Amino acid sequence: MGIGLATLLLLAALTPLGLLAYRLGRGKALAAMASGISMHSRPQQYGWYSVVWMGLPALGVAIAAALLSVFGLIAPSRELVLIVSLAVAAIGLAHGLRAIRPEVRARNALDRVIRYLLLGAALISIVTTVSIVLSVIFEAMRFFREVSVWEFVTGTVWSPGDTFLEAAGRGDEVGEGTSFFGSVPLFAGTFMVTAIAMATALPIGLLSAIFMSEYATHRQRGIAKPILEILAGIPTVVYGFFAAITVTPIVVDIANFFGLDASYSNILSPGIVMGIMIIPFISSLSDDVINSIPQTLREGAYALGTTKSETIRQVILPAALPGIISAFLLGVSRALGETMIVVMAAGVRPNLTWNPLEDMTTVTVSIVYSLTGDLAFDSPQTLSAFALGLVLFTVTLMLNLVSTYLVRRFKQRYD
Amino acid sequence: MQRRLTGSANDPRIKARYRGERRFKAYTVTALFVAFAIIVAFFTDIISQGYSAFYRTEINVTLDYNERAERIGRFALAEDMREIVSRGAVRSIPLDIRNNPELAGTTRQEWVPTYSRVDQYFKGNEELPPEMAAQVEELKEAGVIRTTFNWAFFTSGDSKLPELAGIFSAMVGSIFVLFVTLIFAFPIGVMSAIYLEEFAPDNKLTQLIEVNINNLAAVPSIIFGLLGLAVFINTFGAPRSSAVVGGLTLGLMTLPIIIISTRAALRAVPDPIRLGAFAMGCSRWQVVRDHVLPLSLPGILTGTIIGLAQAMGETAPLIIVGMIAYIPEAPGSIFESATVLPAQIFTWASEPRKAFVEKTAAGIIVLLAVLLTLNAAAVFLRRKFERRW
Repeated sequence: MGIGLATLLLLAALTPLGLLAYRLGRGKALAAMASGISMHSRPQQYGWYSVVWMGLPALGVAIAAALLSVFGLIAPSRELVLIVSLAVAAIGLAHGLRAIRPEVRARNALDRVIRYLLLGAALISIVTTVSIVLSVIFEAMRFFREVSVWEFVTGTVWSPGDTFLEAAGRGDEVGEGTSFFGSVPLFAGTFMVTAIAMATALPIGLLSAIFMSEYATHRQRGIAKPILEILAGIPTVVYGFFAAITVTPIVVDIANFFGLDASYSNILSPGIVMGIMIIPFISSLSDDVINSIPQTLREGAYALGTTKSETIRQVILPAALPGIISAFLLGVSRALGETMIVVMAAGVRPNLTWNPLEDMTTVTVSIVYSLTGDLAFDSPQTLSAFALGLVLFTVTLMLNLVSTYLVRRFKQRYD
Repeated sequence: MQRRLTGSANDPRIKARYRGERRFKAYTVTALFVAFAIIVAFFTDIISQGYSAFYRTEINVTLDYNERAERIGRFALAEDMREIVSRGAVRSIPLDIRNNPELAGTTRQEWVPTYSRVDQYFKGNEELPPEMAAQVEELKEAGVIRTTFNWAFFTSGDSKLPELAGIFSAMVGSIFVLFVTLIFAFPIGVMSAIYLEEFAPDNKLTQLIEVNINNLAAVPSIIFGLLGLAVFINTFGAPRSSAVVGGLTLGLMTLPIIIISTRAALRAVPDPIRLGAFAMGCSRWQVVRDHVLPLSLPGILTGTIIGLAQAMGETAPLIIVGMIAYIPEAPGSIFESATVLPAQIFTWASEPRKAFVEKTAAGIIVLLAVLLTLNAAAVFLRRKFERRW
């Protein structure tokens, strides 16, 4: 019996049982009320009360069995699980019906059950984080059993093996069985692309935000803000295409015009396009921050005779600085984790250089390339993706926490 | 001696300050216009590259179902047509003859798609060898070649032949994935938000959940791909490349978005409504179910649609869980290998052949149109049902 069929059968059996439980429970309560007994809750609530008694333990048994077999502790046959859960359902139903008495507070019990169900749903987000951390750490540990942490952190050669280069069409460049996992060139590429992106996004985003919050009329602001938001809604794969097909040739042409040599997978054009992507994050966060600065600060500055731009530069911006830094950090965290733009427009060759016109590769590109090919799952190359993922997750998490902290401090100061 | 009046409009220092003022304002306006110019350039670029994929070149040929065509479809064409007609157009002829034996020996006139390079030649994207160019120009003069709307782009799946490639299977894949995402993330997201907003006591656990949700919203999407690979595929053994894995992975990603927007919608319902219901003897759940939820539903739906639109454009985590396979046929269920629209765009973008550039751009146009519709629907819902108290 397949797991899908077993689930289907279980649900198919529990649904009519649930209906039956509801009718019986409500019927019993109605009968009691008809004979003049005053019940604590409404009859429907006694109906639901017996449904809960019938269904919850049965589902619990089934889910526990499924979890046990997934983690390989015991593997009961699915028929057995099905029969046991249905038996538990029957016992639960009998108990639930017997428990319907005037003094039983079905309504309160139901509220408690619902509260725990909702809590269970809220805990799923915790489970997600925990499983991200565990799965990434677990696979990264397996990687570090084969490759030393020191080599990973300080090595300057990243060449995970033949398969990788063969996939890139350059199988002849390395000898048999050579693989190096020095991640420095990857982080250099990520750093480079992030720096270019922020150098594009910060001035445009911040100045636009200043215009919208300080100079624009209400109408202008109402038009400009949604237009800028369009940039945030464009999928990253589209930006990647734009970078690879349109921006890269322009960058190469301009470089050639100045007599410079530029690669067709240079890191500059994905950097610029990534910056375009980040503009709306910077502008809308900075806009919020600048708007939440109390009007009294501005008026105080005007009273001293400063012009508008002097007020902005010497009063508003210093006051908004924590918020702007926080927007900047969020932008950096976006840029570090951005994948599609670099996969489509940047290189695949790890390259340690300061020249943005050369091709470089990034952490996210390496993750993608080591997980898309037909590779055995436990080869060091596939596992290296998780080691890189671990670093990426840790760094972005830090940035987000610092950024949240700064915003909270800022808000406290002006609220 | 009289002191010079400061603050006069003729004071050079004042003038300099006013110049600085105008310069600064000009900077901010320039920044905004640069951003607008980028948006305009971006859309112009995508549309100008992609619109030509919405029509295609067809040619009227005589199909001769002779004996040789029973084995190789290309022999149904006159010899000088074999280079011009798409290989895919005649590929199924042997099968057609086998299924309908009465076809054998007959001939018929039909409009069929041309070879992609001929198609690209007429669209002005590619050159042809001179004699071939002369031949197709002649055919065009004779009225045998026409340009029609490319319905096949919407009705067929991926193909190695650019003139036949379409987005149908990717669209079906996207719908399956979004369906799984919605089924998973909507109930759990709304339930979490109800718990945090209406039920949760203010304790350490609640704070932990809140901090955690805010951080999850900012985790790079590719990390969710790693999670999907390690947990859904390697631990639970779900089929790789399938819509169920992709949908669950995107579901985990969309969850924080739905939770955050649902909480905002619940918070917008004023407290007197809750207090009134409590005063009538409702339990907390009855208050939420009968009063708070119905009032906040438009807000919740708006947030969900925006979350789904984001999930629909997401590519990186789906690549990690293997959803970039070559899928010519639309998947039949959520457990079969599938691809999604953005992943299809990615696959086409990495094709070296030039004819795929317009396909990629056209796929992008469709994707952007769908996302725009979703977002417009969200804005409409908010405008129409928003209540202010």
